[in-house]
Amino acid sequence: MARWIIPVVASLWLVGCGEQAWQTKDISGLMPPLEFELIDENGNDVTADQFIGKSTLLFFGFTHCPDVCPTTLARLDAATQRMDEATRDDIQVLFVSVDPRRDDPETLRTYTDAFGPQFIGLTGDKAALDELTRRYRVTYGYGEEDSDGNYDVSHSSAVFAFNDQGEVRLLIRDSDPMDAVVADLERLASGA
Amino acid sequence: MGRVLAYLLGVATIYGVTQTHYDYLAQYMFFTHRAQHLVLHHAGPFLIALAAPLPVLADGLPTRIRPFPGWSLAARLLRPVYRTLQHPLIAPVLFVGLIYFWLIPEIHFDAMLSADLYQVMNWSMALDGLLFWWLILDRRSPQQGGLGYGKRIAILLAVIPPQILLGAYITFSRGVIFDVYEVCGRAWPLDPLTDQLLGGLLTWIPATMMSAIGVLIILSFLFRDARKEDAADVTHATP
Repeated sequence: MARWIIPVVASLWLVGCGEQAWQTKDISGLMPPLEFELIDENGNDVTADQFIGKSTLLFFGFTHCPDVCPTTLARLDAATQRMDEATRDDIQVLFVSVDPRRDDPETLRTYTDAFGPQFIGLTGDKAALDELTRRYRVTYGYGEEDSDGNYDVSHSSAVFAFNDQGEVRLLIRDSDPMDAVVADLERLASGA
Repeated sequence: MGRVLAYLLGVATIYGVTQTHYDYLAQYMFFTHRAQHLVLHHAGPFLIALAAPLPVLADGLPTRIRPFPGWSLAARLLRPVYRTLQHPLIAPVLFVGLIYFWLIPEIHFDAMLSADLYQVMNWSMALDGLLFWWLILDRRSPQQGGLGYGKRIAILLAVIPPQILLGAYITFSRGVIFDVYEVCGRAWPLDPLTDQLLGGLLTWIPATMMSAIGVLIILSFLFRDARKEDAADVTHATP
């Protein structure tokens, strides 16, 4: 028993040295590569292929979102502001609205433009959204409508990060510290 | 008749929690996930093992397949594995260990995120449940090669405290242990701590109650054997 324990532990330890670890949640291999058919903020049909070539951050939300969405998008904006311009240009943020009833392309464009040029609004019909959310194992749902027609939408709070080939790399949570997010996004943009 | 019913009910509940819309709920809520595992690891396999369907299922195989060429070789290779898994000291450790393993927060997070790992998790629970309850509810008496009744009861009692401990820990935790349901969104808006509390209770109470039911069934086996022995003695005694 003791004869093989030392080599095994030693090799595991050496494997650990090989690669610098991500600071946010590494989900490489846990999820399929980026793929979708949606409508962009200009009303055009788009597919994931058109977004290959840059690192992509994928986030689900809705424009009437009171807290989680603006906070998360603002955090991503702040994170990219801390990078040099070339790195920033290598990152795009796809904001997928799961509330297509209220979020038409124009509403989406106004909303994402407020955060910066690298933010792109996307949405789609229920079938397209279901397919995409199921692919990344997240869900969404609608709350009761009040007398003014307002309703809450439950959605995932995570940001999924893909490299420039569209391969899944990271899951960034609200609770991840800013420095970790910046370091990982810089590493992602450099082609990891 | 009762055995047929137990078998069908066991298969139907496992089908119900894995192949229907229920599986969606089990992916996006902690307590529904715990209920799913209660069926996959405890209730479903318990009912199937209670029905002891193997001889009937084997007889039901088409005659073409029965003298399957590689069968004896496969059996020879698998027997040591099966023996090891069904060892009276290993089986309870595996039974409890698997519950703990999939509830390690990091592992649970990955299992809930990856579609493949999710299937591995669920089917490993179902398979281990079948093995465990098969060992416990074996219809063969100890003389016929089944595990001794005392050992079976000891195993059933041994798996209770660790399940209570885990269930109580989850139930009484003030913080969210499993944040994957927040990250991926819940099936409907439910307070995270309420969700966790319900899940903890499911891990704790019904799961350990299955042990109590198991002990009662073992006792009934014991009395059945004792009655048979008495009957045999009586027929011997009469000249």
